[in-house]
Amino acid sequence: MLDGILLGLDAALSLQNLMMVIAGCLIGTIIGMLPGLGPMSIIAIMIPVAIKIGDPSAALILLAGVYYGAIFGGSTSSILINAPGIAGTVATAFDGYPLARKGKAGKALTIAAVSSFAGGTVGAVLLMGFAPALASVALLFHSAEYFALMIVGLSAISAFAGTGQVAKALMMTVLGVMLATLGESAQFNAPRFTMGIMDLQSGISFITLAMALFAFPEAMYLVLDPKRSNTGSADGEIKDLRISRKEAKQIAPVIGRQSVQGFLIGVLPGAGATLASFLGYAVERNLAKGEDRAEFGKGSVKGLSAPETANNAACTGSFVPLLTLGIPGSGTTAILLGALIALNVTPGPRLMVDNPTIFWSVIISMYIGNVVLLILNLPLIPYIAKLLMVPRNYLIPFILFFTMMGSYIGQNNSTELLLLTGMGIIATIMRFAGFPLAPMLIGFILGQMLEDNFARAMNLSDGISFMWERPMTTILLIIAVLLIFLPSMREKIAAKRGSKVADGD
Amino acid sequence: MFQKNKITRRHLLGVALASGVGLTMASTSAFSADIDSIHFLIPGGAGGGWDGTARGTGEALSKSGIIKSASYENMSGGGGGKAIGYLIENAASNHGTLMVNSTPIVIRSLVGRFPHNFRDLTMIAGTIGDYGAIITGKDSPYKDFKDLVAAYKKNPREVSIGGGSVPGGMDHLVAAMAFQGAGADPTKVKYIPFDAGGKLNASILSGEVAAGSTGFSEAIALAQSGEMRILAVTSDKRVPAFDKAPTLKEQGIDVTFVNWRGFFGAPGLPDSKAKAYRAAIAKMYDTPEWEAVRSRNGWVNIHNPGDKFVTFLEAQETIIKDLMTKLGFL
Repeated sequence: MLDGILLGLDAALSLQNLMMVIAGCLIGTIIGMLPGLGPMSIIAIMIPVAIKIGDPSAALILLAGVYYGAIFGGSTSSILINAPGIAGTVATAFDGYPLARKGKAGKALTIAAVSSFAGGTVGAVLLMGFAPALASVALLFHSAEYFALMIVGLSAISAFAGTGQVAKALMMTVLGVMLATLGESAQFNAPRFTMGIMDLQSGISFITLAMALFAFPEAMYLVLDPKRSNTGSADGEIKDLRISRKEAKQIAPVIGRQSVQGFLIGVLPGAGATLASFLGYAVERNLAKGEDRAEFGKGSVKGLSAPETANNAACTGSFVPLLTLGIPGSGTTAILLGALIALNVTPGPRLMVDNPTIFWSVIISMYIGNVVLLILNLPLIPYIAKLLMVPRNYLIPFILFFTMMGSYIGQNNSTELLLLTGMGIIATIMRFAGFPLAPMLIGFILGQMLEDNFARAMNLSDGISFMWERPMTTILLIIAVLLIFLPSMREKIAAKRGSKVADGD
Repeated sequence: MFQKNKITRRHLLGVALASGVGLTMASTSAFSADIDSIHFLIPGGAGGGWDGTARGTGEALSKSGIIKSASYENMSGGGGGKAIGYLIENAASNHGTLMVNSTPIVIRSLVGRFPHNFRDLTMIAGTIGDYGAIITGKDSPYKDFKDLVAAYKKNPREVSIGGGSVPGGMDHLVAAMAFQGAGADPTKVKYIPFDAGGKLNASILSGEVAAGSTGFSEAIALAQSGEMRILAVTSDKRVPAFDKAPTLKEQGIDVTFVNWRGFFGAPGLPDSKAKAYRAAIAKMYDTPEWEAVRSRNGWVNIHNPGDKFVTFLEAQETIIKDLMTKLGFL
């Protein structure tokens, strides 16, 4: 392995490849900041460029840089304007945006950058050490296990609701799952719930729903409740960019746990950064105690750090099945696979043997890339954070513009704008009525995978026997049950003892 | 640039095609009106197969100087139905537009997913294609397609076939056609749909499904890395790009299938314009720019211009209709 690392260092530190890392990270960060353009579309656009380069190592280093640069930059719009551009940064908005509203935008961006850096770097170490060993793990997961994993993800939703809100949160989750069934699914050759409207056949797109649930109501809120928006960061200064020692102590264990957990979830084909960030958030909330826990959702540094660490680690983890099995775990890595094949490189178990330079230089470039991202981002944070100082009457059209652009740009379909406005108005009303919107979006994202995998597992085993016949499925389902009941049981026991625990909101 | 245009046009008659499909249009079209630019209408989002085909074709056409510029418009919705509807409703103002499409336009109009079918459009040409392939993991007990058929005949519930399209979609139909050709009951296929190629491949490798039905060009990479075995390909003869893969035909099963991709114009497109488009596309095959795009994407040249395209589509429609009726989808 040492040979490999040296080989990789040698290749990755060449002037050309260093330029590729820097260029990739820069492009990725900038485009990733715009809601609507996820890493997938950026990489698709970049492919002809990469192919022109011709050298597969350099091309893959560039594309990988764009990929994690976009995940890195994606958190910015989540934190500043509550508009998560990609599913992987939805959870970032839960605590990142409240922090920004408290005038701590600079600190929030710094925490996100540091967490991303740590997650990405730990991920790269794990990738280097365990890629070959983990390859087989990816194949242990069949549809049945994915179904159970989605159940775990959904049951973690009770973590997103304060005490007494669990019913509301579950309701919103179910609503999200229902929305996910709209249109055609891979499992059934028929449009569902489209009421004969052709525009609904492809269902609701993630980005439209995310904008409608998060960013659009935010803009409306600023109009309808000016008092609240005045309490924001209107005092002008971007104070405390730095993370205090106390906060560093708080997030260190979070980063440690989430970089490993996120990486492992990222290794599973199809699960990826989104699930990693949700589960990361939920696990950390469950682990937190007392006041710490009550902070979640109101601007907790832990709640911001967890998903940011996890999604970057998962992004690195998704390279395991790609490089070792030739199996792309996500849409983005699928496009990367296409680029590799076009460059006459066949990823698979033989890649490490046949093209060790490519394998190792890509991994080494990930370290370098993470350092580059940190160096690029930290000095820029004060300037990016100034965005929030823009007076409210200018900020509102700005948010609305990016909301509209985000949902239109991917599909070039004007129906998305109608859907966005309609759902956005409903979401605004629900927000005023005190319904949590995050569980709905999570239900929507996980719902489709839940249904697909459930239907596949049922079809394969001719019934639901897979739930108890496959040990790993059973274990995951038991974990899900525990996740639902444990928090409320813990509170009940605590209440009996008369001690004060997390009174929530 | 202009000079180069004239020279390449003289070389037009030399068009030769890998697929061996003859070309009769070229000589007549050399005299028809030239095209400056083409606006490509893509019925799906960025990054998909249609998107890649349109952008690749536009890139080859404009870089080789056959046309001056190409523009692109993604119009997703209704699984392509929205773009078809748009092209038909706004036919008069869309003479400069070519829409990309593929086999699903036949399947989807058969099941009535959208009210139109390919006959409502002006058929310009089929340009590229891909064959279907039946694949298994390297550790699978099925060494050739006959093994798979034998197991299927014994108990079809034990032989699950994964694929990347919906039930009743292309991958399902290819598997059903292959089993039908081998004398087994095509209606018993236990078809497991996956929504992305990566998940399907993982499922085949892990043994969750017995075999997979997928595109040949996707299967080649996995077969070359030694992870997968191609049991059968639906081409007429072995494909030079990977000639280790046996055809269904040589295994005694008379089934062939091509998933084509091609271009359509608006209804009522003037004949001269249609001819000019066909000529531009025919000219494209000879250029190094097209070869670069083609090999980068692993496409197979399958050129069906004009009337040939019509005949081809009608033949495919008949076969698919029969099979879908039998399978109970129609």
